[in-house]
Amino acid sequence: MRSTLARTLAELGRADPRILLLTADLGFMALEPFSDALPDQFINVGVAEQNMVGIATGLAEGGYIPFLYSIAPFASLRPYEFIRNGPVLHHLPVRIVGVGAGFEYGHAGPTHHGIDDAAALRPQAGLTIVTPADHLQMRSALLATWDHDGPVYYRIGKDEKTTIPGLDGRFRTGRAEIVREGRDCAFVTMGAIAADVCAAADALEERGISATVAVVATFNPSPVEDIAALAAEHRLIVSVEAHSVNGGLGSLVAEAIAETGAGSRLVRLGVRTPPDARSGSQRFYHDLHGLGRDAIVERVLSLVARTPA
Amino acid sequence: MSTTATADRPVTGRLIREHVLRESRRANVGHIGSALSIADIVAALYGGILRIADPADPERDRFILSKGHAALALYAALTLRGWISEDQLATYCGDDSLLGVHPESALAGVDFCTGSLGQGLPMAVGSALAARKSGSARRVFVLLSDAELNEGSTWEAVMFAAQHNLSNLTVFVDSNGQQALGYTKDVIAIDNTVERFAAFGWYAKAVDGHDVAALQAAVSAAGNDPRPRALVARTVFGRGVSYMQSQIKWHYMPMSAEEFAQAMDEVAAT
Repeated sequence: MRSTLARTLAELGRADPRILLLTADLGFMALEPFSDALPDQFINVGVAEQNMVGIATGLAEGGYIPFLYSIAPFASLRPYEFIRNGPVLHHLPVRIVGVGAGFEYGHAGPTHHGIDDAAALRPQAGLTIVTPADHLQMRSALLATWDHDGPVYYRIGKDEKTTIPGLDGRFRTGRAEIVREGRDCAFVTMGAIAADVCAAADALEERGISATVAVVATFNPSPVEDIAALAAEHRLIVSVEAHSVNGGLGSLVAEAIAETGAGSRLVRLGVRTPPDARSGSQRFYHDLHGLGRDAIVERVLSLVARTPA
Repeated sequence: MSTTATADRPVTGRLIREHVLRESRRANVGHIGSALSIADIVAALYGGILRIADPADPERDRFILSKGHAALALYAALTLRGWISEDQLATYCGDDSLLGVHPESALAGVDFCTGSLGQGLPMAVGSALAARKSGSARRVFVLLSDAELNEGSTWEAVMFAAQHNLSNLTVFVDSNGQQALGYTKDVIAIDNTVERFAAFGWYAKAVDGHDVAALQAAVSAAGNDPRPRALVARTVFGRGVSYMQSQIKWHYMPMSAEEFAQAMDEVAAT
């Protein structure tokens, strides 16, 4: 997604010189499509994420559309109060790109994992939070939101190949995209883990369980009505995210169900435990948190057997 | 809203101080000493340095009061310039007012919201960079407290401004030697501020922060120097009111009626 972002942004930046790309000294072998093509619109601010957001606030007040790039926790949590008091408070078109959503920087360890950025940023009313599931949706989302009035946070991954079956790059602000329809349960997911959820749905189909899969690519504004509609049609809703369920997609879905009075059972799959000393690949972390395809399948099989019709 | 400056109304430190005292007393709030400390710097800015014919003009000079808790001095200057009315000034700290304790950019003449220390200079750097990139002659001025130099983000911005030779950026440091709970020498001593900015690659000079002509001359004296400018303004916290001067408690304390009367008498005599 990040190379897609850099390429798409270069297309946009050639046509609109207001677009700038700032990085806090990250993006080797990722940002070159932009930095090589538009060197005058590219600034490495150094390892200074707070300053980067402050600079972007000043640039945006002066008429620019600055995109800021760093790894998800460094882009969101380190400069959090600068985001709050800068682009959000001033309602300015600053775009913050957090790469490495979930456990994509697996071996780098807990400092680099993007498992709480969306939850942390969600209380910032007026901040659009975009969480694409594949590179095609990344491109559509960027084309749809780059000139949005207010600030945007893009929570993205590194995978440039995998595509979500049935998504076809669709993106609508504030909506969930249904990529598969079924009767027995509905998965609600966000980010690149949607591919594993679709694989789990395939495996469940072979076991006689048909599942709907909905992809949430705008975490804020939240697709509350779409989630409520799913809850009205399915007795079991399963949220799946490579992120904390507390404050994350699991919380969002729970709120939507509770606030609309839908009666579905909700099961939230995601991160619930603190980091420990072990590190490993993205797959290792997904397995650790019960987010692997087989773990999802087994969980749903046990739930469907126990959830009354 | 008037969009033209009323050039016949002077912007002086004394008039700013009188507004500060009257509104602080009416609203029964503190931060008085901080506002009095910067009154002459704000007078130098709004009485001559800033090129602002119309606060809505995108080509105006920008001013960022990074020590936002001294906003009342800024509101006083905006009133004297005619950009906000005396009636509006009298809403300070009231309900449904744009004039809170800290500046809000929805108010005509306020370019950026501040209040959280350490955020003004990064925004000012971005504003100066925007002017540079767009080929604009507009300049950016930012007023920091000396205690704000405790914030690491301030130094991130200092380094970036030097790297990019942002000569259209001028920092005033309100160097009154105090912070909320004590004297800077007892908290985080920073008595060599000029040398620190110079070491980071800035044009840096000391200036008397209560001499309006000297402050204005210090801006001019930087001339075409290619570096960002730091003017370290030696000030006295609570300047103009004898019982407040250099007294820590007047960071937060409101005035009694008697204290207000004495303060107004002393300021009128300046």
